[in-house]
Amino acid sequence: MMKDSDMHNLTLAEIARNLAEKHFSAEELTRTLLARIEQLDPQLNAFISVTDELALAQAKAADARRAAGENGALLGAPIGHKDLFCTQGIRTSCGSKILDNFNAPYDATVVERLAAAGTVTLGKLNMDEFAMGSANESSYYGAVKNPWDLTRVPGGSSGGSAAAIAARLLPAATGTDTGGSIRQPAALTNLTGLKPTYGRVSRWGMVAYASSLDQGGPMARTAEDCALLLSAMAGFDAKDSTSVDQPLDDYLAALSQPLAGLRIGLPKEYFGAGLDPKIADAVMASVEELKKLGATVKEISLPNMQHAIPSYYVIAPAEASSNLSRFDGVRFGYRCENPADLTDLYKRSRAEGFGDEVKRRIMVGTYALSAGYYDAYYLKAQKIRRLIKQDFVAAFEQVDVILGPTTPNLAWKLGEKNADPVSAYLEDIYTITANLAGIPGLSMPAGFIDGLPVGVQLLAPYFQEARLLNVAHQYQQVTDWHMRAPAGF
Amino acid sequence: MQWETVIGLEIHAQLATQSKIFSGSATTFGAEPNTQASLVDLGMPGTLPVLNAEAVRMACKFGLAIDAEIAPKNVFARKNYFYPDLPKGYQTSQMDHPIVGKGYLDITLEDGSTRRIGITRAHLEEDAGKSLHEDFHGMSGIDLNRAGTPLLEIVSEPDIRSAKEAVAYVKAMHSLVRYLGICDGNMAEGSLRCDCNVSVRPKGQTEFGTRAEIKNVNSFRFIEKAINHEVQRQIELIEDGGKVVQETRLYDPNKDETRSMRSKEEANDYRYFPCPDLLPVVIEQSFLDEVRASLPELPVQKRERFEREFGLSAYDADVLAASRELADYFEQVNATCDDAKLAANWVMGELSSLLNKEALEIEQSPVSAEQLGGMILRIKDDTISGKIAKMVFEAMAAGEGSADEIIEKKGLKQVTDSGAIESMLDEVLAANAEQVEQYRASDEAKRGKMFGFFVGQAMKASKGKANPGQVNQLLKKKLEG
Repeated sequence: MMKDSDMHNLTLAEIARNLAEKHFSAEELTRTLLARIEQLDPQLNAFISVTDELALAQAKAADARRAAGENGALLGAPIGHKDLFCTQGIRTSCGSKILDNFNAPYDATVVERLAAAGTVTLGKLNMDEFAMGSANESSYYGAVKNPWDLTRVPGGSSGGSAAAIAARLLPAATGTDTGGSIRQPAALTNLTGLKPTYGRVSRWGMVAYASSLDQGGPMARTAEDCALLLSAMAGFDAKDSTSVDQPLDDYLAALSQPLAGLRIGLPKEYFGAGLDPKIADAVMASVEELKKLGATVKEISLPNMQHAIPSYYVIAPAEASSNLSRFDGVRFGYRCENPADLTDLYKRSRAEGFGDEVKRRIMVGTYALSAGYYDAYYLKAQKIRRLIKQDFVAAFEQVDVILGPTTPNLAWKLGEKNADPVSAYLEDIYTITANLAGIPGLSMPAGFIDGLPVGVQLLAPYFQEARLLNVAHQYQQVTDWHMRAPAGF
Repeated sequence: MQWETVIGLEIHAQLATQSKIFSGSATTFGAEPNTQASLVDLGMPGTLPVLNAEAVRMACKFGLAIDAEIAPKNVFARKNYFYPDLPKGYQTSQMDHPIVGKGYLDITLEDGSTRRIGITRAHLEEDAGKSLHEDFHGMSGIDLNRAGTPLLEIVSEPDIRSAKEAVAYVKAMHSLVRYLGICDGNMAEGSLRCDCNVSVRPKGQTEFGTRAEIKNVNSFRFIEKAINHEVQRQIELIEDGGKVVQETRLYDPNKDETRSMRSKEEANDYRYFPCPDLLPVVIEQSFLDEVRASLPELPVQKRERFEREFGLSAYDADVLAASRELADYFEQVNATCDDAKLAANWVMGELSSLLNKEALEIEQSPVSAEQLGGMILRIKDDTISGKIAKMVFEAMAAGEGSADEIIEKKGLKQVTDSGAIESMLDEVLAANAEQVEQYRASDEAKRGKMFGFFVGQAMKASKGKANPGQVNQLLKKKLEG
């Protein structure tokens, strides 16, 4: 039997083999990880809620199903959910005071599908408030620390998911990505994270930040684990009108495709000013590895990339300003004490319930949509969005995948960018275009600089998640960056 | 100065779908508060809307019926504002790309003339919930049963020129949506609600005056009264040197006045933008063809057919075609008796006053169309007179059976045997010998008046059963001697 001290290092794929071969039970694994979370999470603050009762019940049920002959790849697999996926009867806070008392009355489709596949939910993971942030510092539950350097941020907004996986408290978790919130923290904590094509994963039960950009996806250490999770999460859902009714690819089968003949595009705009030169070197080193695997490389151009951040910071706050109107103190969530009248109830419930970054974006979005400004901001941003999409469509006529850095910088110090939100917004420069265009993107570990992880981003045409996972998996067969663990975890 | 009134109406028609526009909850009126509110209707975090195809079909039906262009691609937008009965903090509606474009509705006025009223657009949206201000000890309750009920908002051009025209327009619209089966038209339950935009201008002026909007006027009578009151208020205001301000006003039927609710300055900036949770709705021609094929005969077509086929007057045709049920009833009566004029007279006369008196809908009529038609047949074949028919009708209404059964049972068959009538007349004349002498001594003009007296006596003596034509003829002969 495997020692408790080793179980936490296993990937989902390895766990599946061990459970199948009865080296340990799902219950044993769950107890081991729960103990580890109790012991180590205080250093990280990755969990908002640890759901030990639910986890043990699900683990026992998974063991029973396995005893009855079932052998699903995720049966008994321990995971965590970013705390904006609704979980029935369990707090779903979105990292906000305004939902601190909110126990969702239903399960998100993603939660329901993963539970049906037999996963064990260990807890709900910390995040930037309403997924607004790139550092996981805007959470009502406090900042999350990066396991690679506890004085640094893990990235955001799925920072809790990233930190928990990187620290081996969990093998995998769900995240959401509106402007890079899966890929950027994955890059900063040495994980593989996939933002699927918009519409590939149901948004039902995923509390909205910016509806036209939000997409749930898997985060894990390996591409193979992401493939396992995505296979269970993705697919059409009649409850989400933006969900796409198109059959899923066999993500696991696609992993082993050789890369010979793969055409990789390097957008020149991704390697310009603002990029840490050491990151550029690491990215180019990964390109060399891929070439060895048979890929060819071509420089391409995405000329409208420079407009992506301004466009995003109009569209996302505009949608958010409307999406977050329902948090008004009337039906659920935080309500101020002794409201004098209706206006007071609204004003104080929202003023006291939302944090600064959320308020900033609500105000920006409200302004962008207001009479007389709509055409100049929102409409223009939507036009830029179309141009960005066209850039990608044109680029994918020449190449199969686009490769570049996930982030311009390494993980920064906690608090470093608090005084200057725009500098934090600029950290999303390479990831945001995929959300605006709706294409899938993946970040994978590609080396270290001064002990901090570097991520490489791969982008592919619509619905080609299988291709992204395939490239990352093949790369991970010849590199071991993704297997490295932070000291102390 | 002569003033001209300019009116545009916004009608909100609740669509008669089984479930809500964006959720699966039922739409039945009058359920216990919040028992028909799902996660979506409550605006729970993470929930998403899914468009009800039936609401789209109904909107298309309406669009085709007013000869409007149906947008091949229409878009839902969010209208953002805070209110406790608006769970999401926005209403999902349509702004720049409504489903139904420009169309028109022909209305018939009381004098039988018709006018064409332009319809600017009609769009789909969700209804809000209701705030309940009683029984909560100074607090307010919220009932979200109505939240998410599909509405079709129908916006007219400012083509209406009087309160009476406004009422005729709303009646025509009421009739149309009921014909189409897309709205039950129940104004008391709020299924059909009306906002009236009212302005006045000096006669002959082409530009519009400043308008006030009177919100939520919920009966034909109140529409007329509210508009008349508002027109008077605006004229008096201007004639006193004041100015009409653009504002929203409420009509108070108890005081018969309108009062200011909020001015333009206090109005919300709704920050409309396309709803990112819903895709644009693409309407294909094949779908429209299918909807068009399902359209029933519409009020205007029916009215024209009634005039053409049955020779009815414009007014009669309009009254009978106003509701599909009434028209069907009339046509059934006519099919039974084959006399459209008599059928129309009886349906619009005795039957309508009976239904009015008992406050019944035509579907609840105690006299069936077949019964009424059967009775008219007996008028036509002289079995009974029109006068006796009223007795028969009352008996049918009281559930005493068919016309034939009642005539038989009560012995109401008309007397047409001239021998019997003659002997009866002889008795009448003998009993009124003095009047007979006066009659014979009088001139032609006076005789005319007196003749009626003898007819009355004769009919009375026969208990109404004598054939009136024969009585007239024989009486004249006897008196003229």
